[in-house]
Amino acid sequence: MLKVKNLHSYYGGIHALKSVSLELSQGEIVTLIGANGAGKSTTLMSICGIVPPRYGEIFFMGQPIHHMSPDKIFALGIVQVPEGRRIFADLTVTENLDMGAYLRNDKAGIRKDMEYIFNLFPRLAERRRQLGGTLSGGEQQMLAISRGLMSRPKLLLLDEPSLGLAPVLVQLIFETIQKINQENKTTIFLVEQNANMSLRIAHRGYVMESGVIALEDTAANLLKSEKVKAAYLGL
Amino acid sequence: MDYFLELFFGGLTRGSIYALIALGYTMVYGIIQLINFAHGEIYMIGAFTALVVASALSLLGMNGLSLLMLSGVIAMIYSAAYGFTMEKIAYKPLRDAQRLSPLISAIGMSIFLQNYVLLAQTSDFVSFPALIEEFPFMESVTIMRSSELVIVVTTAVATTLLTLFIKFTRMGKAMRAVAQDKTMAMLLGVNVNRVISATFIIGSALAAVGGVLISSHIGQINFYIGFIAGIKAFTAAVLGGIGSIPGAVIGGLVLGWTESFATGYVSSDYEDVFAFGLLVFILIFRPAGILGKTTSEKV
Repeated sequence: MLKVKNLHSYYGGIHALKSVSLELSQGEIVTLIGANGAGKSTTLMSICGIVPPRYGEIFFMGQPIHHMSPDKIFALGIVQVPEGRRIFADLTVTENLDMGAYLRNDKAGIRKDMEYIFNLFPRLAERRRQLGGTLSGGEQQMLAISRGLMSRPKLLLLDEPSLGLAPVLVQLIFETIQKINQENKTTIFLVEQNANMSLRIAHRGYVMESGVIALEDTAANLLKSEKVKAAYLGL
Repeated sequence: MDYFLELFFGGLTRGSIYALIALGYTMVYGIIQLINFAHGEIYMIGAFTALVVASALSLLGMNGLSLLMLSGVIAMIYSAAYGFTMEKIAYKPLRDAQRLSPLISAIGMSIFLQNYVLLAQTSDFVSFPALIEEFPFMESVTIMRSSELVIVVTTAVATTLLTLFIKFTRMGKAMRAVAQDKTMAMLLGVNVNRVISATFIIGSALAAVGGVLISSHIGQINFYIGFIAGIKAFTAAVLGGIGSIPGAVIGGLVLGWTESFATGYVSSDYEDVFAFGLLVFILIFRPAGILGKTTSEKV
């Protein structure tokens, strides 16, 4: 579904990605783990066209997208839930969700999806008229994921959804990610520092170290790998 | 008491015009953090367009409300086209440059447009036809002229429509989203260039409305009116809290009343002293403006 070939990207003058190649198939959860500053977020920003790659190619469902503008890439069905949630603080919860459905015109479908989301996260339903900035960190993460879902993405890119959340909420967020994948057959690319949790729900994984892919395997094998255990699982 | 009311309505009229122009400043600032110093020139171009169109149409025998409406609408379209083009030429290429660069580009644009009108038209004041005729029911009213009433009502309607637009339409929501987090808006499929263009178009059209109405009220214009009005409206936008739409309106009205009462009770020589004195005063005690939010920079 998504194919990244020999990607080189620069972020603020730094050669952040050095020949990164990865591949995702339809319906998979694939995780990308690695330390801070390894280039995980830059990988996602390059796929979305915010940090256009200097060299290399990205194909989405066979179509080259590495020269496209972010709004065109979004229109193809690639949605990112970025690091730090980036909720529109002065928009209400409902308006934030509306922004997720920015390019859609089917009013009935939008309403249906909003109901689906309010079932998924009843907390958001209670707060639908509240401003995004007044929500707690966990609620903001729920809203950020929901806003991404409002566009009915084919590929959902999640950047550190567990960052800064209490353990109970981390559990809830990961369960929801799994649910979204199973119920909607949405392909998910999950970038995480919480390697333990993300490898448990993913099918396959990539390990990134200073801008290069260091390891790639099934999630089960990565969980068992001595190298991953030592470096990322704290065992 | 009549004198007070006269000053009150005079200030309200002045303030309405400042508000109409300040809306453009504040919207553009909200979206791209640029003080568009050429915005006053758009207002001046609106007035000149209306003058040319109205003169031509009145030769064809048109008059009254239809003449005002038609020349006003054409002025709005013309000014909007100027605003749109100006952004593409002078600001878009500098989007990723340092903040000072587009600011200087804006000042350059302002000087360019002033001199362009100076050469294309004249450096003298030219008389502007009274497009707003006295309403029969206003005949016995001494504290307010019909044109003042039209200005105040038009501003109220335009501001209300703008507020509804920003609150409820898709483009309005996109504008607020882009103002808060441009990258995130892009990640949700918003074409940021289109949103910025829409902002310039709306702001310019509002400035044109102000230009046409006040010129008709005062009765004369020249190429320099945009500079003065622009500086005053910018003051109004800062006074109300730049980036805030209700702030622009409140700032405009406060400034209008300050000037009007200062002129009426002190001396017209002190009009600007009071206007800018108020600005200094507000900036000392409420640096973000009357409705502005104090934002702490996150590190």
